[in-house]
Amino acid sequence: MRNPLSEKVIDIKPSGIRKFFDLVSEMKDVISLGVGEPDFDTPWHIREEGMYSLEKGRTFYTSNSGLKELREEVCKYLKRRFELDYDYKTESMITIGGSEAIDLALRAMLNPGDEVIIPMPCYVSYEPCVTLADGVPVIVNLKEENEFKLTKKELLNAITDKTKILIMPFPNNPTGGIMKREELKELVDVIIEKDIFVISDEIYAELTYGDDHVSIASFPGMKERTVLINGFSKAYAMTGWRLGYACAPEIIMKQMIKIHQFAIMCAPTTSQYAAVEALRKGDKDVERMRVAYDQRRRFLMERFKQMGIECFEPFGAFYVFPNIKKFGMTSDEFATKLLENQRVAVVPGTAFGECGEGFIRISYAYSIENLRKALDRVQAFIDDLEKQRV
Amino acid sequence: MRKEILKLIENNSKLSVEDIAIMIGATKEAVEAEIAAMEADKVICGYTTLINWDKVDNDIVMALIEVKVTPQRGDGFDEIAKKIHRFDEVDTVYLMSGGYDLTVIVNGHSMKEVAGFVSRKLATMDYVESTSTHFLLKKYKEHGISLEEVHEDERMLITP
Repeated sequence: MRNPLSEKVIDIKPSGIRKFFDLVSEMKDVISLGVGEPDFDTPWHIREEGMYSLEKGRTFYTSNSGLKELREEVCKYLKRRFELDYDYKTESMITIGGSEAIDLALRAMLNPGDEVIIPMPCYVSYEPCVTLADGVPVIVNLKEENEFKLTKKELLNAITDKTKILIMPFPNNPTGGIMKREELKELVDVIIEKDIFVISDEIYAELTYGDDHVSIASFPGMKERTVLINGFSKAYAMTGWRLGYACAPEIIMKQMIKIHQFAIMCAPTTSQYAAVEALRKGDKDVERMRVAYDQRRRFLMERFKQMGIECFEPFGAFYVFPNIKKFGMTSDEFATKLLENQRVAVVPGTAFGECGEGFIRISYAYSIENLRKALDRVQAFIDDLEKQRV
Repeated sequence: MRKEILKLIENNSKLSVEDIAIMIGATKEAVEAEIAAMEADKVICGYTTLINWDKVDNDIVMALIEVKVTPQRGDGFDEIAKKIHRFDEVDTVYLMSGGYDLTVIVNGHSMKEVAGFVSRKLATMDYVESTSTHFLLKKYKEHGISLEEVHEDERMLITP
């Protein structure tokens, strides 16, 4: 029999998270700090709206680009929160999570050999999606001393004649890093001058602590070269509903919707009705969860300080990314030992790119009580390490 | 800072001053001073524990009593409400709008005891026109906390 598989797919490395997941799932009594989704349930009024839509028998397809009401609400929301002007009719679409939107944007825009700049550490799917779309990933290794922001110099060094797209993953998973207005401005000048496009993954836009998130698409001259991606998973604790959206200039949006039409048809209808409710009535829920995350963030930072573990202060998402280099172990070794000795699961930084070596990702999508228990165990683990070194 | 502290301890009065300070980004001393000030002002009126007595002692009977009273010149409902709330049996007193005036929640060891309190003490008070007693059968949620549901974390242990 012939080989049934695509070489392109075989060559893609499995996600580093998968390996660790298998290890963790064999163990008992594990306290996990490894989850990339909110611990809150979807607010009840949103769930209730989903149920109501089922009761009403709204079990049909929606249009390919998504419910009109929802796209209208999305565009209103983007205007109200981030000063973005999108026409819901021609410049927006509803997707199955932000992840689908990433894939669609890359497939709609890339020709074979086009280069895509990916700042790492970052979410696991950009690189394989670029490869699957016949693009060439160009990795920029972000630095801790820059608080894992992308600098103008780093961007300039990565740009070649073949560069077509820059992926902007801020607020960032796994580092919690954000980019402020003036930092974005520096990049915007380069992006426009070099005539490249941006895919801006702003799924954590609602989860910043201190300054409000600024969308790169809101700079003059940027809307026409940006695909903005966001969704309901993080802000409204709706991960399992699988619902995201993309906004882009009509020329790109048309082609994204074409792929979506053939591959997906439309995003789940129940989820779309629930999301309308989320955008109309959910501001207070978002605020409540943001306050809780911020408290936990401070709590974690303080504990790391007390433990003498270096950690730059993250101002976005719900992760901290402490530096564990001083223990003389790789991220993988550290995470594995922590799991074996104290049954605490964290994710090695290397799951998010090679430059994540020397770091671990800790999620604070957990209650304070849970974090306290887990960190007591981390403390015990570190005390043991210190003893061994002496 | 006041509201931030109150929101935190409203749902968890066991949080230490140190933890509160860390969580809201203030100093321990500032939080201590603010809490002391709020205790003095009766903004914080006490620290209680939410107990599901059904799991411990089935002898407790609770009744919600709708009370109609004649308001008094000058005092309105305050004087009679204060008189009612002094009884040890009375847990809660609210002034209501609508069909009756006061909601009085009463605790007792038996229906007989509660009924006795209502008929001998409450209903016979001056200015009390009528009472209507409703016994509580089951508590589902109190102070924003579900007394039944156990929330287990069912998320996968590791996700990207």
